[in-house]
Amino acid sequence: MSNAANDDTAELVQRLMDGQRAALARAITHIESGASLAPRILGAIQSAVGNARVIGFTGAPGVGKSTLINAVIRELRKRNKSVAVAAVDPSSPISGGAILGDRVRMGEHGSDDGVFIRSISSRGHLGGLSATTAQVIDLMDAAGWDVVVIETVGAGQSEVEIAQIADISVVVCAPGLGDDVQAIKAGILEIADVLVVNKADQPLADQTCKQLVAMLELRHADRREVPVLTTVATSGDGVERLVKVIEQQYQENVEATRVRGPVQRFQYLIANAAGRQLQEQLATSSEKAMHDMCARVSRGELSVDSAARSLLEAMLR
Amino acid sequence: MRPIKVLVTKIGLDGHDRGSRVVAAHLRDAGMEVVYTPPWQQIDAVVKLAMEEDVDVIGLSCLATDHLLVPKLMHALRDGGLAHVKVVVGGIVPDEDEVTLLDAGVSRVFHPGTSLDDITETITDLATLALANDEHP
Repeated sequence: MSNAANDDTAELVQRLMDGQRAALARAITHIESGASLAPRILGAIQSAVGNARVIGFTGAPGVGKSTLINAVIRELRKRNKSVAVAAVDPSSPISGGAILGDRVRMGEHGSDDGVFIRSISSRGHLGGLSATTAQVIDLMDAAGWDVVVIETVGAGQSEVEIAQIADISVVVCAPGLGDDVQAIKAGILEIADVLVVNKADQPLADQTCKQLVAMLELRHADRREVPVLTTVATSGDGVERLVKVIEQQYQENVEATRVRGPVQRFQYLIANAAGRQLQEQLATSSEKAMHDMCARVSRGELSVDSAARSLLEAMLR
Repeated sequence: MRPIKVLVTKIGLDGHDRGSRVVAAHLRDAGMEVVYTPPWQQIDAVVKLAMEEDVDVIGLSCLATDHLLVPKLMHALRDGGLAHVKVVVGGIVPDEDEVTLLDAGVSRVFHPGTSLDDITETITDLATLALANDEHP
């Protein structure tokens, strides 16, 4: 990289840390696209990372995550907190394009300088986030935003990455999911620090709450308590209490929830990136070893898991 | 290379958003990342949004004289340090007003009958320069 580019990068980082939102926006673009100056930007901001509270919101499509976040932002603004939002929407598996529509529901903060909203395409990444969301959070943190809110794509059972990145994970449910409530109990429910039944003005809300509480009671006694709250995001009912509970959970569990110590964080990010690269490589591999494995699996001599393990061992040797 | 990022929005008081939805869906299918908003956006909110999202191109649907607000938006974009963001307008724009819009800095005006592919191509061309600049902070 040229010296001029180095100087420009340093200047961009400086402007970002001075709180210039255009610099933050541009830095996010660089990180998302994996530009050659991305590592330098990330290296330069590390000393300023770790001050923001990071709250993640996840849950099935249509439960009201964006609308609830809109109401939570309103509550946080009343407490004079500045709020940055990273809202992840799915990319099209066919074209790679995306409609990024989460901020549609956050329109009331459209002119508030104390709120920064960035829409993020998952760009084919599974797990509920994009491959670079963790770094985007770091940028927002380093830029001095008090609270960083992450919205995952509409998540089902196993989109639990959010727990690796957020200090507090809020799992949002809607009333009347019936069997679906059963379905989420193994996956997403277990990462919840706070459970919210949104759309609580609907008739089945009480029942859904009871089901969730009943399921929580089945867990190990040594797991910490997960509050179950009700909200009506459109009217704001219950949102003040939700923000209080999030704050309490944070205070009570600062140690437990601080998943973002630098070492764990980087280990997680590197493991993630390695998995991604490995998958890309193997999926397009024309190596003989891969062909042999496919043949053996198709003849029923080997399980898919054993084939994968042999390939990995051969590669790492 | 990263996908092109486009904001599709409407300013002014007209609420007919079928056109902007059709265009947004088509751009998505062409592989672009489209930030979509409902109609009735205020100019300062559009500037803030375009800055935070770091979009390459803004596409405005103007069907009922709201194109007359576009020069104001162009001004606000420049004031906000977003002179590099390309702006295209589609909808009902009389010929004499098209000149005004182009003079104000609009890159292209799409009239009724424009094909979706023409819109995609134009936006791709406009964004190519922005993407080529990606390696510079």
